[in-house]
Amino acid sequence: MKELVIEADRNNLPEVQAFIDGELESADCPMLTQIAIDVAVEELFVNIANYAYSPETGNAVVQISMHDEPLSVEITFIDGGRQYNPLERTDPDTTLSAKQRKIGGLGIFMVKESMDQVNYEYKDGQNILTIKKNLN
Amino acid sequence: MALRRKNNSNTASGLNISVKKNGAEYTFLLNGRLDTLTSPDLDAEVKNVIDKAERMIFDLAKLDYISSAGLRVLLGAVQGIDGRGDMVVRNLSQAVRDVFDLTGFSLMFTIE
Repeated sequence: MKELVIEADRNNLPEVQAFIDGELESADCPMLTQIAIDVAVEELFVNIANYAYSPETGNAVVQISMHDEPLSVEITFIDGGRQYNPLERTDPDTTLSAKQRKIGGLGIFMVKESMDQVNYEYKDGQNILTIKKNLN
Repeated sequence: MALRRKNNSNTASGLNISVKKNGAEYTFLLNGRLDTLTSPDLDAEVKNVIDKAERMIFDLAKLDYISSAGLRVLLGAVQGIDGRGDMVVRNLSQAVRDVFDLTGFSLMFTIE
């Protein structure tokens, strides 16, 4: 398992994604899968940056580990900000026309749809969100 | 066989936007990444022309990556021009197409 501890600031997004990409490239992750994971990482990190500690700031912990059988990656985001389970957010209605579509809720919806597993728990004052994606 | 990356080019941050005007038709050529950090730049370009535009074309041939922040700008654009003109999105890469399919955006836009 590798870990990055970083200030939960949206400007740190490139550093978080570079950390994740480094691991995925070592695992020879297919490009489209890597991009899908990058998008999920962006949505979750930016969520923490925007809401967890606002208006104060704090750290986010990002952990990544690779697993075999099936070959998969597990990424965990931990923050000590206000308790919030993004998975409880109502999914957007993807059948609505452009005129009727609302702008919110898209990010977490994409995470839920594109990853193979998404799990949230609140433990010892920390939000812990884990995503898992098969690489094949 | 799946495409495999030779380098980490999709993490190179940044977005280049070029806007071409042809009468009341505006074409936005996007090159790079449309993410949390770059979407405000596109949003500003769109807002510059939205009151004058009768047609907006987003050419995504060179767009490697889009997140929900980028989708929000495109949704704002189509809602902004609604009733006065139309909007077209063209030349989606597979990665961008996947995001459009996942979110139902493929059904919302005219895609060429």
